Amino acid sequence: MHESSVFSDLANETLNIIISISSILPYLFGYIVIILASLFIWRTVRRGVSLGKNYNSLKTVTFGDESTVVSNKSASIVSVLLIFLLWGSFTGSKLLPGFLHMPGPYVGSNEFTYTAQNDVGEEDSATVSLVVHVAGEKASKPTIKAGDGIAVNDVMVIQAYRSKLLAWDLNDQVKRKWGGKIVKVNDQPISKNNPVDVGFARVSLTDKGTLNVVPHKGIQMEHIYLPAPEQVWTRLVNIANQGYQNVTLGQHLGFSLWRVIIGFLIGALVGIPLGYAMGLSNWFRGWFDPIVEFMRPVPPLALIPLVIIWAGIGEEGKVVLLFLAALWIMAIAARSGVSGVRITKIHAAYSLGASKFQILLRVIIPNSLPEIFTGARVAMGVCWGTVVAAELVAAEKGLGKMIVAASKFQNTDVVIMGIVLIGVIGFAIDVGIRLLEKYLVPWKGKG
Amino acid sequence: MSDLHIENVSMRFDLPGGGSVQALKNINLDIKSGQLLSVLGPSGCGKTTLLNIIAGFLAPTDGDIHLEGELINGPGPERGMVFQQGALFEWMSVRKNVSFGPDMKGVAKAKSAPEVDRLLELVGLQDFKDKAVYELSGGMQQRVALARCLANDPDVILMDEPLGALDALTREKMQSLVLDLWKETGKTIILITHSVEEALLLGERLLVMAPRPGRVHKEYYLPFADLGVGADLREVKKHPDYTAKREEILAMIWEMEEEIMGRTEGAN
Repeated sequence: MHESSVFSDLANETLNIIISISSILPYLFGYIVIILASLFIWRTVRRGVSLGKNYNSLKTVTFGDESTVVSNKSASIVSVLLIFLLWGSFTGSKLLPGFLHMPGPYVGSNEFTYTAQNDVGEEDSATVSLVVHVAGEKASKPTIKAGDGIAVNDVMVIQAYRSKLLAWDLNDQVKRKWGGKIVKVNDQPISKNNPVDVGFARVSLTDKGTLNVVPHKGIQMEHIYLPAPEQVWTRLVNIANQGYQNVTLGQHLGFSLWRVIIGFLIGALVGIPLGYAMGLSNWFRGWFDPIVEFMRPVPPLALIPLVIIWAGIGEEGKVVLLFLAALWIMAIAARSGVSGVRITKIHAAYSLGASKFQILLRVIIPNSLPEIFTGARVAMGVCWGTVVAAELVAAEKGLGKMIVAASKFQNTDVVIMGIVLIGVIGFAIDVGIRLLEKYLVPWKGKG
Repeated sequence: MSDLHIENVSMRFDLPGGGSVQALKNINLDIKSGQLLSVLGPSGCGKTTLLNIIAGFLAPTDGDIHLEGELINGPGPERGMVFQQGALFEWMSVRKNVSFGPDMKGVAKAKSAPEVDRLLELVGLQDFKDKAVYELSGGMQQRVALARCLANDPDVILMDEPLGALDALTREKMQSLVLDLWKETGKTIILITHSVEEALLLGERLLVMAPRPGRVHKEYYLPFADLGVGADLREVKKHPDYTAKREEILAMIWEMEEEIMGRTEGAN
């Protein structure tokens, strides 16, 4: 490969990305308009129903005053509702009234005519009766009369979002192999580069002279790409009760959480004493500094291949991976917790007659707890992300395994359900540690 | 006798860029048991260094310090320390902070509790025993620090600008408290301060130190501490002697500060 090719490749990719981004811009603009419009509506409503004055509302300088900027609950609610609204609207959700749906794919029975011409120039028209049905539903072919003349009526059944070729001459006396061809559809002239829109579908002529019928798709998302919210919910209930691929949701969840908790606990159990040793002894700091500083920037995900090679795809490998993900974070948190103890506190403790061991137990450890909790929050977040990624690569059970297996069968509803669950659990873990921190380390930031 | 003998103490610090600085030079002091000594001086005169050496946090490059005839070579519970701020343990309640010293010695809770209660009452915090220290105001926190120090029953109390971070009104109240505690307990107190007024009011003996190298510049024996015990400190400040001494010492310190400024400007 030529040396400069990587640059031209990257330049091309950059160009492609810029083009994709610019195609999104109108939607982005529309979204911003919605945000501003809802702000305007909210303000108008707010002015109508006065909610009384608080201290902040009396401040005249608010732009640039960080303390006056608080997350607006109404905006959060509207924002989340809008996501569900758009989701439902573009998937034709049954939870929404019909007028909120975006135009969906054409479904129903209809017909169009084609006019065939044989090699001697005789023309005859025939009707094609068409049934477009929703995926997963069975549609029976309508019975029709054959009609007269050299072209005979046809019947087609097409699934929504799909297209179908019509070998129209199978039952006709006009045959393509004898020079027959179609010249008109719905009395409009048709040729290879000149398709005809019959109102509910687009009909074009293929190279071989057959008709390609593409029913209109609308602008809703196909459910195989984005299922409706209620489908995802039904899937969740279904999988919670019956499991997915012979593994219950509880088992998937339990395995993922178990790996994270075990990996994190071992990481903390090793990392915290390591951090203390690094914070308290020159020798230990010198010894472990190069190792910790080197391992910390290595993303745990980059270790997955090595861990699989060394430990296989069993539980040990994943626990080792999460242990490594948590270890360095916890060690660094404990180290900075020890370094952060004010020297006056240590001096005071010595002056009060405490021994080294008592100072470690009564001063250094409690003083480092806030830092350790901060580290624990980061480490749990990283571990949760890592476990899902590790399960994507290799696992038998676990949330990541569930969504990657579902993706192979195009079970997009399971994939989306899994992603939502992963997000909810990650958030719950963070909130849980914060509550624990509030309860166990109430003095945080007050020293 | 818990006299403190400071003999020929010198301290030299290495500078990070090479070279060294003489922080203290040939300090000789005898501090009698029960004396309240205040130490005053411009910044950089080595007063905190001297205190840290007495506390045992630093070893002097030359000289010895003996307390009751015993050589000081490290921190110990017989020399209690009160810091400017931030030396309390936030993870403990007020009561736990105060009983820290006895707890470390292994004194049983039941045995130390009455003394802890008495000290908390002495500093006026009997109603805040079970509060967390971070819930208290700055002045109250320093009261806890004083009580914590006293609970250990030290021979000498070392105070490193303990009232420096307090507002003027709280500071005045705390000055009275320090005098009362001194009278009540009869402890030796060494008080480092930036404030000339505080040094005059609290020190029955006052040391003015001079910088570069840190040394004792002048020494006073003053009546104001005795006058101030149990009295209104503002009345003491009206004493004609007090005003004269204050002006004299202020002029002295100004002169030193100007000399330092001149020297640094000359160096530029």
